[in-house]
Amino acid sequence: MQQADIFVKRRNDRWIFFAVLAVLTVGSVIITRYDVLKGFTSIVKAFVWGISNFYPDIESMAKLPDILLKLRETVLMSIASTTIAAVFAILLSLAGSRTTRMSRFFSVMARGIASLFRNIPLVAWAMVLMLAFSQSPLTGYLALFFGSLGFLTRSFIETIDEVSHDAVEALEATGAGYFHVIFQAVLPSSLPQMISWLLFMIDTNIRDATLVGFLTGTGIGFSFDLYYKSMNFHAASLVVMLIVITIIIIETASNMIRRNIM
Amino acid sequence: METEETINNWGQLCSDEMISPDIFGSGRPLNRESFTIRIFLMTLSLLTLYALFTMDYQGVDIAKATMDTLHNFKIIFMEPSTQRLGLWDAFYEVLITLGLAFLTTLFGGVIALFLGLLSAQNLAPRRITCCIKSFVAFIRAIPTILWVLIFAVAAGLGSAAAVIGMTFHSISYLTKAYSESFEELDRNVIEALSASGANWWQIVFQAVIPSSAAYLLSWTFMRFEINFANAIAMGAAAGAAGIGFDLFMAGGYYFDLKEVGLITYIVLAFAIVLEMIATHMKSNIHQKA
Repeated sequence: MQQADIFVKRRNDRWIFFAVLAVLTVGSVIITRYDVLKGFTSIVKAFVWGISNFYPDIESMAKLPDILLKLRETVLMSIASTTIAAVFAILLSLAGSRTTRMSRFFSVMARGIASLFRNIPLVAWAMVLMLAFSQSPLTGYLALFFGSLGFLTRSFIETIDEVSHDAVEALEATGAGYFHVIFQAVLPSSLPQMISWLLFMIDTNIRDATLVGFLTGTGIGFSFDLYYKSMNFHAASLVVMLIVITIIIIETASNMIRRNIM
Repeated sequence: METEETINNWGQLCSDEMISPDIFGSGRPLNRESFTIRIFLMTLSLLTLYALFTMDYQGVDIAKATMDTLHNFKIIFMEPSTQRLGLWDAFYEVLITLGLAFLTTLFGGVIALFLGLLSAQNLAPRRITCCIKSFVAFIRAIPTILWVLIFAVAAGLGSAAAVIGMTFHSISYLTKAYSESFEELDRNVIEALSASGANWWQIVFQAVIPSSAAYLLSWTFMRFEINFANAIAMGAAAGAAGIGFDLFMAGGYYFDLKEVGLITYIVLAFAIVLEMIATHMKSNIHQKA
């Protein structure tokens, strides 16, 4: 009897789950005016179109030097914004982590800043910064910087909380001072994990730089926008291919570094 | 007992120091880990310096621009107000964005469920696993915005292109997460079931999916959180509907910072609630694992 009840309850739970899912789906389709049929047929259409139009041709190769220059700018910008954000994120996360915080107040502040910066949409950063910094690479750089700062601070706080608790306790028991603990226990034990986050962030930032470039008219995003809007799809596909190659190279390098340090 | 514990702690500390990266150059011999870390950090710093020095500043007066930005942020955070967009309209637009994120997560989740089963090493042959993993890596290498725009050529700008374009990244993220959850299932369970004559589908639906359902749900929700942010970005950059588009119009066309402020506050409220739920779910996973 008891057993049967469990099966009935489980079946009922499953029905409720799928019913809620169905209601949410129908609601979303209505509210977003999503055309289901068009959605599915356009996948096929997009692939047919892609195979017949979306490939680089000889003519688009003439644009290669321009595109490479923009790509270099974007990659450098992503790396620079990640690195600088990481420096600030380490300071904030030391203030925010439960193991290393100096006072409860700073900890709450640091976590609040992290959450705020992470959750303000990248678009808002880009739009506001563009008003003052106009269409210069600085706009993109700063937009990526603020987003990365929020994300990295949160990840670093988690890392410090997870990794360094035992080492800190042990060192504190010997009477080591605050800075001694930070430099001899906290940073060394959480550095590999932090670098892993850093690599992930560089990767993400290159992809986000495309979006920011699109909105603010800088970097590789701007090149794509330019060719896309002038219907020069051969050149646009060249941009996409170069981005894919860059991301795969960086991912491979990241995995190699991770294998070495973890 | 007590001495033992202290000694254990010491042992941990010592071994920590042995493998700890020696970034302060106190003269200990380098091992592979610290060597890699050192080279990596040095390369990163050099590239950053190079980037900052060679950046084309286009004659932007940095001090003035910084002051202007601070002033703009003051307007955004201190004086948010509704002008073109009423408060209820704004909430409705956020609902649209949530709807886009939900559809994307749903489509991505359903497709990723199958790809995840096929790329879990305990459920599928190695060759198929490798194939799917490289397919997924390729999907991830193209930024979401480019997927959306490529589909926009066929489907026109709008919710259809946005949802399908964003679905691609959800598939790649969830396939990886799902297959890792499936791989945690004990090999003995699968062996016992297949020895008793269960076929692949029975194993999947009776053992694999029920036992990892909680993980799947948490991962899916975390993706939903990411998709909400993505849907805002696509609204701005690819003309998909929702709050992102309003944000783009307010910031890029009307230069109406007060409205940007209002939208930012509303988005922040939703995003922080989603983040809190996701964090809660994540800690549940950690407890179980």
